[in-house]
Formats: sequence, structure tokens, C-alpha cells
Amino acid sequence: MSADQFVQYLVSGLTMGSIYALIGLGFTIIYAVTRIINFAQGEFVMLGGMLSFYLISAAGIPLAPALILSVLIAAAIGAIMYIFAIRTARRASVVSLIIITIGAAIFIRGIAGVGWGVEHVRPPYFTGSESISLLGAYIHPQALWIIGTTLVVVVLLHLFLSYTMVGKALKACAISPVAAGMVGINPRAMALIAFALAAAIGGIGGVVMAPSISMDFNDGFKLGLMGFVAASIGGFKSPIATVIGGLTLGIVVSLAVGVDWGPFTSAYKDAIAMMVLLLILIIRSGRLSAEERES
Amino acid sequence: MLARLKGKWTYFVIAALLLFLILIPFRWFLGQYTVIMIFIGLFTMVTVGLCLLLGYTGQVSLGQAAFYGTGAYISAVLSKICGVNPWLSMLIAAAATGAFAYVIGYPIFRLRGNYLAVATLGLGVIVYILLRQLGPGGPDGMAGIPYLSIGGFVFDTSFKRYFLVWFFCLAVLLISQNIVRSRTGRALRAIHGSEAAAESIGINVDQFKVKIFVLSAVYASLAGSLLAHQMSHISPGSFGPLVSVIIIVMAVIGGLASIWGAIFGAATVCILKYELLLGFGEWDIVIYGLILMLVTIFMPEGLFVRLRELFGQWRLRYAQRGAEP
Amino acid sequence: MQKYLKWSVMLVLVVALISLVPMGCAQETVIEEGDTYKVGAVFDLTGPTSNLGVPEKNTVDMMVDQINDAGGINGHPLEVIVWDTEGDNDKCALMATRLIEQDEVIAIIGPTRSGTSLHILDTVTTADIPLVSCAASIKIVTPVGERYWIFKTPQTDKEAITEIYTYLQSANVSNIALITDTSGFGVAGRDILIADAADYGLTVVDDQTFDNDDTSMQSQLAHIGGTDAEAVVCWSTDKESAIVALDMQTLHMGIPLYCSHGIANMAFITAAGDAANGVIFPAGKLLIVDDLPADDPQKDVLMQYRQDYEALYGEGTMSTFGGHAYDALSMVVIALAGLDEGITLSDARTAVRDGIEQITYFVGISGIFTMSPTDHLGMEPGSLAMIEIVDGEWTWLK
Repeated sequence: MSADQFVQYLVSGLTMGSIYALIGLGFTIIYAVTRIINFAQGEFVMLGGMLSFYLISAAGIPLAPALILSVLIAAAIGAIMYIFAIRTARRASVVSLIIITIGAAIFIRGIAGVGWGVEHVRPPYFTGSESISLLGAYIHPQALWIIGTTLVVVVLLHLFLSYTMVGKALKACAISPVAAGMVGINPRAMALIAFALAAAIGGIGGVVMAPSISMDFNDGFKLGLMGFVAASIGGFKSPIATVIGGLTLGIVVSLAVGVDWGPFTSAYKDAIAMMVLLLILIIRSGRLSAEERES
Repeated sequence: MLARLKGKWTYFVIAALLLFLILIPFRWFLGQYTVIMIFIGLFTMVTVGLCLLLGYTGQVSLGQAAFYGTGAYISAVLSKICGVNPWLSMLIAAAATGAFAYVIGYPIFRLRGNYLAVATLGLGVIVYILLRQLGPGGPDGMAGIPYLSIGGFVFDTSFKRYFLVWFFCLAVLLISQNIVRSRTGRALRAIHGSEAAAESIGINVDQFKVKIFVLSAVYASLAGSLLAHQMSHISPGSFGPLVSVIIIVMAVIGGLASIWGAIFGAATVCILKYELLLGFGEWDIVIYGLILMLVTIFMPEGLFVRLRELFGQWRLRYAQRGAEP
Repeated sequence: MQKYLKWSVMLVLVVALISLVPMGCAQETVIEEGDTYKVGAVFDLTGPTSNLGVPEKNTVDMMVDQINDAGGINGHPLEVIVWDTEGDNDKCALMATRLIEQDEVIAIIGPTRSGTSLHILDTVTTADIPLVSCAASIKIVTPVGERYWIFKTPQTDKEAITEIYTYLQSANVSNIALITDTSGFGVAGRDILIADAADYGLTVVDDQTFDNDDTSMQSQLAHIGGTDAEAVVCWSTDKESAIVALDMQTLHMGIPLYCSHGIANMAFITAAGDAANGVIFPAGKLLIVDDLPADDPQKDVLMQYRQDYEALYGEGTMSTFGGHAYDALSMVVIALAGLDEGITLSDARTAVRDGIEQITYFVGISGIFTMSPTDHLGMEPGSLAMIEIVDGEWTWLK
């Protein structure tokens, strides 16, 4: 592995990691407020990407409004999903609620497949396609958009949670729904906000990544899986921890490609990433179990 | 279920259900559903293990397909490449898968809740990648796996295989039923209620969880071996992470509070996917997702428990009407 | 209580015995004059490879309408029952069983992928029904002794790789790097690419893989960039190949990209944009039909197919994948035309199998077929053309 190659692995690892982090953020927000693992999170990402393509190319809307509109539609679908599927299931346990999100994911995927067909699409780059040279490596402008968006989203999210009334209420709900209810916070309203926010962030992720990865109706599951892993490495805790989790995952996967060790070729990169995940989890198992027991 | 129905009709009800099961594969009855029923039987075996784990210890495994896969692959490789008798290879596969689950069980079960879910998911992904990379035939899978046979009697048609699979499936259900009713079962329920309380009365919580995990792995492995020896071809695609998710869906849809729910869960999902939704073309997954949501929203405790409730209400009304005149 | 138990067991046994009786006298279906000829199809209409399965189904729907509008086959209307496999092996096997036992079809076409095709070989062979697969792997029809009932229509990976390697050899390339996906298609391609390289004086200097649905191939390509490869050969389907092309552009690799016949549709060019230019791949002649000389035996068939398909489903929608289904169904129809009246279903299945095996010089979309008992693909060599994408258009490298 030469130095140039190493920098290149880091750069592409950071890009991939940002993608995973953006998806993971949605998992973290919903989990913190409701304790639900939302298996439909990947579908919001897919929706963001597909919508941006169809709004730009079919409806002819200019880039910026089309992107904003895609994110808003994704957020609305997240809110609708909460109102119609999650909130109606009053008696359901958390496991049942997770199954509902699986059903919702399959439903959204199916509708997308029927409505948009099965071909993959790629919306145009935000700004140019000429890649930029950086310390012997190359980085695509769209990758800069992805990394930049992730940073902006996580900073805004942090500010939102720390300095606004709604954000603080969300945080309170995450710590203890019962206590939050006692001081007059409506946990249901908070859950609604969490779903819409998570869907919006998923949509933002889809919108910025679609130009560089292409998107089809079937992409939600794999993207969601990687986002889920990113959120778990971060411990489903704070947005910043999730982003660190995502970046770790991306860089591990990317560096695993560079490993030439006997039979372990790049075919094992995801397996290596999962081994790292298992190790992190097991090393921290004592603390994690204590947390779960408290919650 | 049986305990509630005690009375002189119990045996007739059981006999009627058994009869129904026996008659299904006959051409003049429900013969066209034989193969679907075989898959329902196999998935029931995998789901029962998960029901025990989820319903009685409250722990989630998102990696059951991994054991389903190792069972299938070990059995296939032993019988096809090493020439071991298929029955013996099934047994070895079950033992090896159980041992594998035991070894990874201790570190993994130090986690709980969502962290356990993600750890088992990771395990499933790793096993899936290993099967694809190292399994004979790679992602396209291996063919020519020998059929099971007793003496000269070869299980070579779906009619014969139906009885083979359901024999194993019912055996697994009965064994699980006994476990649930035994001391172990009470210990498990105690763990589900409160781990701390269970520990305080002298139950070794970790050991029980790992035991059940091993049992669920053995069930999945048996189902996998049966699949391999009757399809004669297996490929890693049948054991991917998505399959683990489907198995969880089956467990929840059927109802976690009872092992008999596993049949309902497996049957609902299989019949929907393989029969009822076929006419809908590309709309099939849309309706599948919708039904999944609706069933879980309106029957969060599972189909089996809901049906049992309805049956209980009906019996009550029937008894009242009988008493009135 | 004991008494009830005894009675219950008796009841079960008696009914079970009675039920065995009618088993022997099952009536076999006979196909009378004017009855519908039923053919089954299993395609990936949803799932990861649905972009191959959907054009196959579209093609079949179109052909059925055309054949029935022209009066059917010897007065028999044609019906094709299409089931969706979702790309899932087990569902595919179930659907095949359903076609055989419940729908009582005479022959089956599909599945879309090699993996699913291999998965149902046993089901089809034990049921004695002909299958015409639309998937690439040569393993589907070899060894031919064990594949009595199985045929296939697409070009094999081996032929496609021979085309690429011959081209590379003539371009004086000696070091190549491989980047393949980990699906059945990619792995089968990789095995042949590695095995055959030396025959063409090529050295494989790097061998990278990625998974379907991966978001970036930059790390693998950076790894390749560290070797002295003079060309990259990518073996995957259109979506991932497009990302490889885009990432090669991003990394300023400056070496040519060769792809598989899996990118033979417009979706690749749309997705890869600028980066598609200069990509070279082997594909069926359908893509460059306009450039074919008028005396090419396939020209008329290809022109007609493209015109019919795009009239129904829109400009730029045709792909060689639909062509595989065209060839499969056409061959079944040829065999059906030779059937006698009033024969039983199992005789019809045997006769159709024999009919397909006797097909000589059938001009199809993928190539020209002459089946024989020793060759169940039977495609004449030279069915593939090397194509370069120039300014977003397919250009034939004669």
C-alpha cells in the first residue's frame, strides 16, 4: 500500500462513512425517542434519491427546489407512516412495532417499484464532475457535498437538540418518556417529530448520495443495514456518536479492500467490517448491558 | 392450547387436526399445496427456535438464517463430497451447528436488546459471506446433493418429503412444548419477567439463554439439512440476512407467547408469498407489506393468540347458551 | 379417556388408508383440438435483477398477443403463465413446481438468473418437462447427459470473454486487472477470466471484487491503480458497472474499461453519463442492428423485434435480455407447432423437448441456433459483437 493509495482509501472511506452516518442518524433519532429500530429508514433514503431524479428530469424543476421538495416529501411520508402505522398500533410491543416498520419498508419499496419501474436512475451532480486532486488522491465534488452535508446536518441537529425548546423536549423524551410526560411533554408529538425528522435526514442522505451511487427501488434494504450498523457502533446515542460510528465503518470497509493478506481479498470487506462491529460490541458489552437494563 | 381444551373432545380435536395434516398432500384433497406445506414445515422449525428465544427469554436474534445455512451446507458437503450417509451428515451438521452456537453464545449473550440484535445480524452477514466465498459452487450454490432414504425407500417425491418434513416439524414442536412446561420453561419465563429476580432465586441466566440459543440453532440446522436433501441444490441466497428478517416476521405474526404460533406465522407468510399474492404481478410486495402492517397493528400479540382468544370467547358464549334454557 | 384415545387413533388410521385408494387412478390431462397450449415462465419481476426480468416478461406478453392475433399455433391459442420469482431461489422452485403440477404447462421458460436456473434443474428434470433457461452460465446445459430436459438461449460467459480477450490481444495489451461482483454472474465470469487469461498472453495483475449494491468502488480501483494494469475488465451488471466507470473517471485512471454483456441496455449509458464513453463490451447484435450489413441473416429479425418492442414500451427500452426470452419462447413455439392432436400432457412435454432438440438454423435475437443431443445451446459462433460506447451511442468495432 503506497502513501497515495492510503490517502485514497481514507478519502473514499470518509465518503462512504458519511453516507452510512447520514442513514444511521435516522435510526438514532427514532430509537432514542421511541426505542423502535426503524427498518424503513433505508426506504426514506431511496425515496429521497428517486424523488430528486424524477422531480429534476421528469417534472423539470430546477436543482435546488427539487432537492428541497424531495426532502420535504420524504419527511411527510415519515410522518404519515408514524400516524397511520405506528400510532394506530396502541397495544403493540416494541418488537411488534419493529415488524410494522418492516411491513412499511416492503410497502414503500413495492410502491416505488410499481410507480417508477425497476431501472436504476442517477440524478445530475450538484456541481460539475471534474474531480479534485488532494494529497495524491482524487476526490469528486459530489463526495465533498456528501461529507459537507453530513457535517452540516450533524451540527444543526446538535444545536437543535441543545438550544431549542422542541429539541430539548425530544432529548427529555429520549432520557425518560414517563418523566417527560410528567412535565407536560407529549411523547406522541415527540415521536411524530422524531419520525419526520429521521425521514427528512434519510431523504437528505438520498438526495446527496444518489448522483454518485445511482438509485433503484430496491436499494433501501442494504443502505438501511449499513446505517443500522453505523448507529449501533455509535451506540444509538448522540448524533455525533453516530457520525463517528458511520465514519469508522466506512474507513474500515475501505481499508479492508487494501488488505492483501493471503486469501482475504476485497470479497471479505463486509465480513471484516462486521467482525470489527462484533468486537466493539463485545468489548463494550458490560456498559451496554447496564444501559439497556436502565432503559 | 391443549391444556385449555381438556375434556373428552380433546383427543378428537387432535385426531382431526392430525388427519387434516395427513390428508393434505393427497391429490384429491389439497395436493397442490404439498410443496408450500413443506416450506411451511421447514420455516416452522426455524421459527420455533426463535419463538422460544424471543418469547421466553425476551432476546432477539437477527441471525437465525446463519444456522439454517450452516446446517444445510455442512450436511450437503458431508453427504455429497465426503460420501457420508445423509442421515449421519444431518446429525453431524446439527451437532456442529449447536457447538458453533454454544461457542459464540457466551460472548454474544453478554449483550442484550438491540445490541444483541445487531450482533446476531453481523454474525448472519459474516456466515453469509463465508458461504458465498468458501461454499462449494460459490454464489450459484452446489447441486447433486443426495436424497434421504430409509433402506430402499427414497424420499424422491414431494409427497414422501411432506411426511418426512412434518414428522420432524411435529417432533420439534412437541419437544419444545415439553421444554416450555418443564422446570426449564418456568426458569425461562422468570428470565423474561426479570433477569435480576431470576438470578436472585438461583437461576443461571446466561447459561439458560445460551442453552435456548443452542437449541434454536439445532432446530434451524435440522431444517436446513432437510432443505438441502430435498431440493438437491442449495445456494447462499437462501440463507442471507433478509431471510433472518423474514423469520422474525414469522415469529411475531404467529405470536411469541406460544410455540404453536410458529406454525401460524410460517403458514401466513408462506401462503401469502407463494399462493395468495401470485395474481398481483409486481403489486405482490405492495400488498404483502400492507398485510404485514395491518396484521401487526391490529393483532400485535400475534395471530395464534388472537385466534385462541376468539375461540375462548366463542366457547364461553356457547357454554352460556347451553346453560340458559 | 383411554377409550377416546383409542378411537381417535383408529379414526386417523382408517381415513388415512381410505385416502390411499384413489391415488392410483389419477386421470391424465389430454390436450384436445383447439385447446389452449399453456407455457410457463419464471422471471425476476421484483428483486435485485428485475431490470433483466421485466423486459423478458414484456417480450413474452408482446409475442403472445402477436401469435394469438395471427390465429395461434395450428388453431391452438397460446397462453404463457408468468410467475415472479422475486430473485429468490426457494420461491423460484415453488413456482416451477406450481407450473408443472397445478398449471399443467407443456414447457417452462426462464428463470432469469443462473443461480435460480441451477436451483430448479432437479425439480424440472424429475418432473420430465422441458426448460429453456434465459441465464448465462454454461453449467445450466452441461454435462449434457445430465441435462436431458434443459436448454438455454443466451451466449455463455465463456464466449463473451473470448471476444474480449481476443480484442485485448489484438490491441497488444498484456497486463489486465479484474474487478468483479460477488454474485453468481460475477464469480462465474471471474473464474473464466482468470483461467483463460494465459491463453491470450494476458497476465492478471490484480483481482478485486465488490458486492452488488455497494456504493463506491474507489478503494478497489485505487488498489488497481497501484499496479501496472493496462486495462480493467469489469464483470457485473449495468448498475455496478456504471459506478465502476464513474469512479475510474473520478480517479483519473486513464486506462480503458472493458465490461461484460451485462451492460447491454440504455440504463448503463444513462447512469454512467460521460464516463460511459470509451467503455468496450461484447453484446448481441441487437444493439448495433442499424450498422449490420443487409445480408446479415439476423438483420430482419432484429429490426422487427426492436420496432415491435419499442412501439409498445417506448423508445430506448429494448435490451438484449428481452431477446433471450424471445429466443426461448420462439423455440418452444416451433416445437409446439409440431405436436399431434389429442395427446396426453406428458407426451406433449416429451414431444416439445424432442422438438426443441431438433431445431436447426433458427434465427433468433441472440444468435442462430442449431440444437442437437450433444449441444443444448447450439448457438453458432460469431453471435457477439464488440461494441464501444462513443458519445453515448453504441458503435460496432468491426
